[in-house]
Amino acid sequence: MIRVIIPHHLRTLANSGKEVTLEVAAPVTQAAVLDALEAKYPVLRGTIRDRATHKRRALIRFFACGQDLSHEAPDAPLPAEVATGKEPLMIVGAMAGG
Amino acid sequence: MSSVRVLVGTRKGAFILTSNEERQQWDVSGPHFAGWEIYHLKGSPANPDRLYAAQSTGWFGQLIQRSDDGGKTWEPVGADFTYDGAPGAHQWYDGTQHPWEFQRVWLLEPSPTDPDTVYAGVEDAALFRTHDGGKSWQELPALRAIKGELWAPGAGGMCLHTILIDPNDANRIFVAISAAGAFRTEDGGQTWRPATHGLKANWELPDPDAEIGHCVHSIAMHPSRPNVLFMQKHWDVMRSDDAGDNWYEISGNLPSDFGFPIIVHSHEPDTIYVVPIKSDSEHYPPDGKLRVYRSRSGGNEWEALTEGLPQSDCYVNVLRSAMAVDTLDSCGVYFGTTGGQVYASADSGDTWAPIVRDLPAVLSVEVQTLP
Repeated sequence: MIRVIIPHHLRTLANSGKEVTLEVAAPVTQAAVLDALEAKYPVLRGTIRDRATHKRRALIRFFACGQDLSHEAPDAPLPAEVATGKEPLMIVGAMAGG
Repeated sequence: MSSVRVLVGTRKGAFILTSNEERQQWDVSGPHFAGWEIYHLKGSPANPDRLYAAQSTGWFGQLIQRSDDGGKTWEPVGADFTYDGAPGAHQWYDGTQHPWEFQRVWLLEPSPTDPDTVYAGVEDAALFRTHDGGKSWQELPALRAIKGELWAPGAGGMCLHTILIDPNDANRIFVAISAAGAFRTEDGGQTWRPATHGLKANWELPDPDAEIGHCVHSIAMHPSRPNVLFMQKHWDVMRSDDAGDNWYEISGNLPSDFGFPIIVHSHEPDTIYVVPIKSDSEHYPPDGKLRVYRSRSGGNEWEALTEGLPQSDCYVNVLRSAMAVDTLDSCGVYFGTTGGQVYASADSGDTWAPIVRDLPAVLSVEVQTLP
């Protein structure tokens, strides 16, 4: 199971807890995790990435294993610790606005 | 006994204020959608318990929420606002062409007769419509074909912020866009024409016949007289007696003719209200005095309404969608400020009192009069 931590406002929308778990077939990539997340919680479509282009929204960041993965290619494999469920993928609303 | 429900959109959530027809004691519900910007929420005239809300943030984008119980519970519906065909380009601040990009929904205008039909005015400016209660939205693309390449954003973005549906003819719709102008359709959105003749903007638009580029802030109509329109423009308060074909100025003795909202009394088609703001570079009331101005003659002669409103050291603004009336026998008038106050008058504006004083900045105010 893949573990994903989502930010406060998206938990409210999804009516979920802080951490959600997803079944994702290998290879476990950012795109595959987001596909699974949006399939489980359709209300989140468009809130993390553009509905059509799947481009990450400007003020969303992805972190895992102490690394900023925001600029990684969506189809690049996520760290093995995420793929095995040892570590969560964190979806974070960026600090912005001063 | 009748009651009123005031729907307030703010920078950090929605609030619902309810009272009986006395309008002295108020219940405050909220924040709904806490932390989100609620640009607008409005009820269906055909089913007052059906409400729609435009919910957004810069982080997570746009959602549309729907309630079927008067705002007690909500469910997210569709929020896919994809422009029809190739989005095209409009004029940017520097005069270059800039691709159309959806930013947010500014306004939701439910159909007078069908609770499932709603129009949405969006930024970058376009008009969308749903026929299934908000599950899916389709653009009415002919609007952007009216010289869309010349449309340019105002300081607040290029937003379609005003939608007026003729109560006698649902195919006749007026929209206003900052800073493109005003437009009218007679065929339900299949074709549009500019409705700006007579508007003046001598500095920005030296061509007196310019159809595009007018910074219209809001337009109001009384349902009994849909050919008469009142407009608060960036500068100038204007009136049209022929459904927007021609406009003439009615600013008269206003202390400033800059402002954002304009509304019409619910029972007196020639009684109108504005909130003068000092200037486009100083968005607060002249002299630090929050004054609503009322004309009972359809313009030109205005009186200041001050009783119960702060008359010193007041530097709030009243945004374009943040003023509304109820339809009780003694017409109630309501407005919200960027300082978080919502003021109400139960006597057509003669006296005012705050319903709430400390909300987040108010973006919109709508009122439902319930049987």
